[in-house]
Amino acid sequence: MHTVTVTPDEVKKIGKLANLPLQENEVALFAGQFTQTIAVVNELNEIDTSNIPATYQVNGLTNVTREDKVDMSRILSQEVALREAKHTHNGFFVVNRTIDSDAEELL
Amino acid sequence: MKTTPIIGLEVHVELETKSKMFCGCPADHFGKEPNTQTCPVCLGLPGALPVPNQKAIESCMKIGLALNCRINELSKFDRKQYFYPDLAKGYQISQYDQPFCSDGFVLLDSGKRIGIERVHMEEDTGKLQHTILEGKKVTLVDYNRSGVPLVEIVSRPDMASSAEAKEYLKKIHEIVKAIGVSSADMEKGQMRLEPTINVKIEDEDNTHFTPLAEVKNINSFNFAQQAIDFEIVRQIEEFEKTGIEKSVTNKTTRGYDAVKKITFLQRTKEEAKDYRYFPEPDIPPFIIENELVEKLRGELPELPERVIANLVDLDIEVKYAKIIYGNQEALNAIFVIARSNSDAAISDKIDLNKLASLIANKKIDITGDIKGEYLKATQVGNTNTDELKTVIEKIIAANPDVVAEYKKGKTGVAGFFVGQAMKETHGQADPRTLNQIVTDLLNR
Amino acid sequence: MKQLHELSIKEVHDGYLNHHFTCTDLVKHFLARIEKYNPKINVYLAMNDQILAEAAAIDQEIAERGITRPLLGIPFAVKDNFLTSGIVTTASSNILRGYKPQYESTVITKIKAAGALILGKTNMDSFAHGSSTETSDFGPTLNPWNTGHLPGGSSGGSAAAMAAQLATVTLGSETAGSIRQPASWCGVTGFKPTYGRVSRYGIVAMGSSLDSPGPIARCVEDCALVTEVIAGQDGKDATTSPSPVEKYSTNLGHTDLRGMRLALVKEYLLPDMREDVKNLILNSADKLRELGATVDEISLMDPHYAIGVYTVIQRSEVSSNLARYDGVRFGHDRDTFCEETKRRIMLGTYTLSAGYYDAFYKKAQAVRTKIVDEFNEVFKTYDAVIGAVSPGPALPVGASKNQPMFGEMEDILVEPSSIAGLTSVGLPCGFVEGLPIGLQITSNQLKEGTAIKIADCYQTHTDFQLFPDLDKTL
Repeated sequence: MHTVTVTPDEVKKIGKLANLPLQENEVALFAGQFTQTIAVVNELNEIDTSNIPATYQVNGLTNVTREDKVDMSRILSQEVALREAKHTHNGFFVVNRTIDSDAEELL
Repeated sequence: MKTTPIIGLEVHVELETKSKMFCGCPADHFGKEPNTQTCPVCLGLPGALPVPNQKAIESCMKIGLALNCRINELSKFDRKQYFYPDLAKGYQISQYDQPFCSDGFVLLDSGKRIGIERVHMEEDTGKLQHTILEGKKVTLVDYNRSGVPLVEIVSRPDMASSAEAKEYLKKIHEIVKAIGVSSADMEKGQMRLEPTINVKIEDEDNTHFTPLAEVKNINSFNFAQQAIDFEIVRQIEEFEKTGIEKSVTNKTTRGYDAVKKITFLQRTKEEAKDYRYFPEPDIPPFIIENELVEKLRGELPELPERVIANLVDLDIEVKYAKIIYGNQEALNAIFVIARSNSDAAISDKIDLNKLASLIANKKIDITGDIKGEYLKATQVGNTNTDELKTVIEKIIAANPDVVAEYKKGKTGVAGFFVGQAMKETHGQADPRTLNQIVTDLLNR
Repeated sequence: MKQLHELSIKEVHDGYLNHHFTCTDLVKHFLARIEKYNPKINVYLAMNDQILAEAAAIDQEIAERGITRPLLGIPFAVKDNFLTSGIVTTASSNILRGYKPQYESTVITKIKAAGALILGKTNMDSFAHGSSTETSDFGPTLNPWNTGHLPGGSSGGSAAAMAAQLATVTLGSETAGSIRQPASWCGVTGFKPTYGRVSRYGIVAMGSSLDSPGPIARCVEDCALVTEVIAGQDGKDATTSPSPVEKYSTNLGHTDLRGMRLALVKEYLLPDMREDVKNLILNSADKLRELGATVDEISLMDPHYAIGVYTVIQRSEVSSNLARYDGVRFGHDRDTFCEETKRRIMLGTYTLSAGYYDAFYKKAQAVRTKIVDEFNEVFKTYDAVIGAVSPGPALPVGASKNQPMFGEMEDILVEPSSIAGLTSVGLPCGFVEGLPIGLQITSNQLKEGTAIKIADCYQTHTDFQLFPDLDKTL
């Protein structure tokens, strides 16, 4: 069975997708570790699942919904909603500007 | 060189449910103080879990049914993962490969079918506002809108002109409003449009396709039409310059500037977005029974197309039908009169087209005695009942044999008296009033 | 005469009713013990500063009305992934350092409504990522039996709290082994209810299709009493079962297990398992036979495959569940995640990414179906499946370092049952080299009563419920 190698480049791409800042040494470390882990995972290919459906819901429930009504008991006051944030302003959460296009400044 | 635009439309409709899609916060968020309508679920706090809104799902299916879709027996929610400040959980709960509705269509007036790929359910994001605080560029985030139910309607790229696109959008708008699941108020952002455009270019030897462009931030049908027209021209010019054809990796996202009337490149992502869809483990899947589908189908009101067709069948002109089809009172009035017309004498029948035109032009009050109001509105001559009574009494007295026939059941002969009275009054009398008086006197 | 920290829930209630001591006495007793021993084993991360006021109110209630609520006046230690109003909740991660929950988990609301008190929050593997409690950002917890060894994880703090008798009962959660394995390594009794039996609302999510909250207690009886209170459908958790909650305590006190059919899984006697551990398991099988049950040897899919299934599903779900930790609405920046958490997020992102989804996630979920089907077949004939919880006794401190799959490897024997959402009791069945070994008694979904019946009968007919003398071991 062929071995899958996870390269540092792939690790960097995954880091971006996962929005995780990575140090150079972490990239190398993870590349090696993931290669090991994927080798274990790939052993699953020894099991024939050609006609077997995937199980996404292990307790067999279906059609679970709730009535369309307002639940006042769970609504957070503005104060509580904002309480644990580091940066807030006039009732809003604040983040540093992420969008690069100036054209989105429709003020 | 022959060019054929290829246009697809993605429409998002905000549903007017009482509560949000996955939690009990109020869904009506417009104009509320920021972050005053959030809970652990829609704020994406640790440990919170989503529970789907039954009414929202049913509304989604109703839209699907109204668009001639198939309601899928098996469906589920999936997580669409990406990072953005307005997305509290870092993923949006949406539907990927098993949406609630598939494979429908919308019929344009020309008879052309625009295919509908799917109608699915998802949740809205929070709202972003860009500003400058203490000299730094920042974004302010309000999560009141986070979690509001959205229905996404995805068309097939079957439209070949901006006019077709506009017509399609108008029809979708009408249908959504008619079902009553959303006011689809464009200004409030309750209906959002995203056209995806490219152009097929055929020269003598080859066929080429320009790269796809998705245009965002359009909030009116007119803007959509303008954006599409601009984009078609731009793409053809671009192709003539560069010869670049569409590929899996060169789809772009563009914004629309309504002032300059141009589209502009918005995101320079070379790689296709990887949303890492997987089935939402916190929400069990759905098995939709036929019973529910039929129940929802039964709850659908008659849709605009059908109502207009029914009115046209009553000899009402399309132009009036298109104005009054959404007015339930007007429809009731028309159908009541139509019914009474079927029993009435020819001279008593009310001209439905005339009635429809009066309603359309708001020249008649249909809240009470429709017939009376109609007569008033359409009187063309002398309606002085005393005068006309005198005239008719004279004619009745002079024609006892005709009266006898009337009394025997030949009610059609009433027309004789009307005709005589018209002669007597040299055509000045109001025929309707005459009719009324003749009938009254004969039945005395 | 038993000391206050040695009492079970029933015994505490008897003590209250017979005026041997008050709730305030009991709480103060635990607080003194915690002050003395906690610094040595690092079990508690945060304490409930309202507890004495709460105890006083409970004493008032007992005086006026007696014991009308099932957990009245029972002091709990709660794993730090349950959101608790008024007590900082961190899931043992720096990214949630100082986080004051803005709401409370359903389980906590339920135990409070039943009259329970919370002493404090216990240490765990950071975000429950591990089987050692060594990945905690706030230092490892040490095993009260031998501080050179780990307590297991991820509910290591709760299990150690129970072994050290620093609470009457504790709460933990299991994704694959996180209740049973630390219970096994600490010599206490852990109970994993069926997936969906207990609400996950308000518990920091790890593996959404696997997470099962449950008690880690001194005995099966207390596990039953706590589960009666915390189980049940929750309108805020769409994956909870609508099945009515049974009175699990009616399954206690059986004098024999005649008519019960048990199965000892051959493959769970791992080829490299120590002989002394194997013998303890085989002895347990004999004991169960003595009690009247039949114990057959059966063969199941090699549990090694369960490692692959579990690694993919769990890490994929983890990568998604931790996306909300972006420092915008709460918590700190994403670079404050510890290495193990980063590793799992990354691997999970990889296995879900374009081009890999089918090969990994979908494949794992298909093998999951096989595992589920296999158990369903077995439970047509048998009431429970038994085996060891862990390949061996508690490993030394440091054993999890530089092991990128430590947790998943250690939990090999409990992953199959977790993947299938089954219910299982992990309880002590002996010692090797002074460290406890745990036995698992696993029944089909929603058969908590069966597992409890068998476990309780076994426990009350054996002498493995032991607790370390902290003055000697710490």
